[in-house]
Amino acid sequence: MSKPQFVYVTYIETTPEQLWEALTSSRFTKQYWFGAEVRSDWKVGSPFALLLDGETTDSGVILEADPPRRLSYSFKHQKYEELRGEPISRVVFTLEPFGSLTRLTVLHDGFVEGGKYLGAVSNGWPAILSGLKSLLERGQVLAIPRAALNKGFDAK
Amino acid sequence: MNLDQFKPLTVYTIYIASTPEKVWEALTSAEFSRQYFFGNTVEVEPRLGGAFIVRTPDGALHISGEVLAYDPPRKLSVTFNVNWPELIEKLGPTLVTYEIEPAGDAVRLTMSESHDRPLSDDILAGGRSGWPAILSGLKSLLETGKAPQIKMAPPAQMLAALKAMGIKTP
Repeated sequence: MSKPQFVYVTYIETTPEQLWEALTSSRFTKQYWFGAEVRSDWKVGSPFALLLDGETTDSGVILEADPPRRLSYSFKHQKYEELRGEPISRVVFTLEPFGSLTRLTVLHDGFVEGGKYLGAVSNGWPAILSGLKSLLERGQVLAIPRAALNKGFDAK
Repeated sequence: MNLDQFKPLTVYTIYIASTPEKVWEALTSAEFSRQYFFGNTVEVEPRLGGAFIVRTPDGALHISGEVLAYDPPRKLSVTFNVNWPELIEKLGPTLVTYEIEPAGDAVRLTMSESHDRPLSDDILAGGRSGWPAILSGLKSLLETGKAPQIKMAPPAQMLAALKAMGIKTP
């Protein structure tokens, strides 16, 4: 049995520098991350927070920051009671030049077997990262309802 | 072939600014697939039990199979057997299912690669490296009119694992 984790790879017509900017700037994340803003100074050991309408939904600490190659932060859900009991998870972004493209690998791990959080995360990332790819390639995100993020976890 | 024995071992979901009809066409037509599927062409006989074929850019047979579910523009399920000597005997058949659903003004495309037996991560590395490249290209093609040229060789750990099982690779 493999350990519970989520891995997603996508190829984007952009540079690692622009992709790094899109992952670390609220101006970008608000557009493709369903309104969410990222807050951090992106230095190892500094706090990280994800905010929706000014409220912190997830928070953690920067674990690795090697622009424009690798970014990692811990990730703990704060908003929904059902998910607050889950352990602290980890997100790792790896950015690699691939011809004229950049290959982005997102690894999200540190889940418990049979927990609810992995299901929520597995449904969320493809929608977020599809929007990120569209934004960088065509300057426009996708019109996907936020409900697409919650498939597999019915947020109250 | 008992379909109940097949379990999805690799699943990839991608959202595309397009319509289900256009995504269906991109998945099933030779001229679209040539642009995003490493130059390979897909041919689908549009009926249950029809032939499913993928040819390399030089026209050689690369993948062959049979249409098991045909419900345009919602669901296509095919056997997807790579034409390498001994592969199907040693690994069993591969089943690929595309599900296409509207999601707001976009389309959610889910690809599931299923097998009738457990397979190692090394063997599955082929699909796990190929599908994200193929489906990233399909999304770009439909959204921007241009598919990026993604070139990749089969992963070394997959080729080594196949060789160890006595499967001949090109």
